[in-house]
Amino acid sequence: MPNVSLTVNGKAVSRDVDTRTLLVQFLRENLGLTGTHIGCDTTQCGACTVHVDGKALKSCTVLALQVEGKTVRTIEGLADGEKLHPMQEAFREHHGLQCGFCTPGMIMSAVDLLNRHKSPSEETIRHELEGNLCRCTGYANIVKAVQAAASAPRG
Amino acid sequence: MYPFAYHRATSVDNALATLASAVDGKLLAGGMTLLPTLKQRLASPSDLIDLAGIADLNKITATATVVSIGAMARHAEVAASEAIRNVLPALTQLASLIGDPQVRNMGTIGGSVANNDPAADYPAALLGLGATVVTNRRSITADDFFKGMFETALDAGEMIVRVDFPVPRRAGYEKFRNPASRYATVGVFVAETSGGVRVAVTGAAPCVFRHKDMEAALAKSFSAAAVANIKTPATGLNADIHASADYRAHLVGVITQRAVTKAIG
Ligand SMILES: Cc1cc2nc3c(=O)[nH]c(=O)nc-3n(C[C@H](O)[C@H](O)[C@H](O)COP(=O)(O)OP(=O)(O)OC[C@H]3O[C@@H](n4cnc5c(N)ncnc54)[C@H](O)[C@@H]3O)c2cc1C
Ligand code: FES
Ligand code: FES
Repeated sequence: MPNVSLTVNGKAVSRDVDTRTLLVQFLRENLGLTGTHIGCDTTQCGACTVHVDGKALKSCTVLALQVEGKTVRTIEGLADGEKLHPMQEAFREHHGLQCGFCTPGMIMSAVDLLNRHKSPSEETIRHELEGNLCRCTGYANIVKAVQAAASAPRG
Repeated sequence: MYPFAYHRATSVDNALATLASAVDGKLLAGGMTLLPTLKQRLASPSDLIDLAGIADLNKITATATVVSIGAMARHAEVAASEAIRNVLPALTQLASLIGDPQVRNMGTIGGSVANNDPAADYPAALLGLGATVVTNRRSITADDFFKGMFETALDAGEMIVRVDFPVPRRAGYEKFRNPASRYATVGVFVAETSGGVRVAVTGAAPCVFRHKDMEAALAKSFSAAAVANIKTPATGLNADIHASADYRAHLVGVITQRAVTKAIG
């Protein structure tokens, strides 16, 4: 089996994997990082969103081997110890989640969006979150949470 | 997925050599079409050859006359390119409307063009601008490149290296998006070029096509009103659960007018 070496949430990891191993499988099954969810497995829902070299992508549609040498950040890598990332805090404060299934991916996309848009309009937020589906909230409070995080100090 | 061997190409030559020696090899660009296909077991290539590590294959250059985009340029890179926006804003706008941010961070122009999905956006830009697809062995004009549904002029063992777009006087792209997939139910790219007006329609038919009646009308008068009464026959257009052929035919008219309005700015 080929080897893959990468950095996940600041830690160097190296494993032998089947060529077919998806990044999401690698994170959940090989590394035990189950915060990244699988909602659809068909590139639609965004529950599996993680950052690779700072950019959001759907980890159910990337082979682990494609991220050789790269830096991956998952939902587990956002908080600073007990202190939540401002985006996590904003989702909690503004009720940006109900069941929580979409939340890890939603938050990773929202962090990516704030990296690219300093003070996004509601329209921009909605357009930028098109790759993430939520079956519970109706999105209103998710948008509010992102707006709140946009005006909070960055972490 | 069925089992496959994975290779990281180091150069275009290396990718093509690996492809040639594989029993049934496939080039892997952004994987946004190929990996879902493999996951559904709709294809079983023996080898995947990843192009992402090839230096300079994602290079973007833009002058006053030509925009050149490397095959591995991601949709997000094109959408964010100031250099392209300065001369051909219709193209950056088109790229910014493909799929969603995560798809745009992975998907590439080479993969999109090679795949020639009937509802894809880039084929409309290539045909609407009269672009040239440059492969490892030749240059193919857009008019000759898109052959049919998921079918192109590419030979087995041929690879797209870049796409060259001549800069038009003005251009506009408008699409009626499928709200779930964001693919084009109908998308129209309109351009006024030194060689005349070109109108390319995607999403409506099995393959992107030029709309000659619209082109003739716009050549006389480049305005939305000039095409308002041009009917598009529904015969041969796509019909699915999202839109009937009649509805698509109607949309071609509406979307063309909007694209012209955008081009006029
Ligand atoms: C949820 C979702 C929404 C999408 N929405 C849209 C949309 O709105 N509009 C749109 O246009 N597209 C859309 N797409 C498709 C997306 O743009 C893909 O990125 C694109 O179709 C394929 O590009 P890729 O780089 O991912 O190619 P891959 O999937 O890696 O490859 C596709 C095919 O092209 C071949 N290939 C790749 N590179 C080359 C090359 N350089 N030379 C020759 N052959 C090559 C491969 O072998 C394969 O057969 C969507 C995809 C998803 C998953
Ligand atoms: S699980 Fe990856 S997009 Fe839904
Ligand atoms: S909170 Fe339940 S899917 Fe979004």
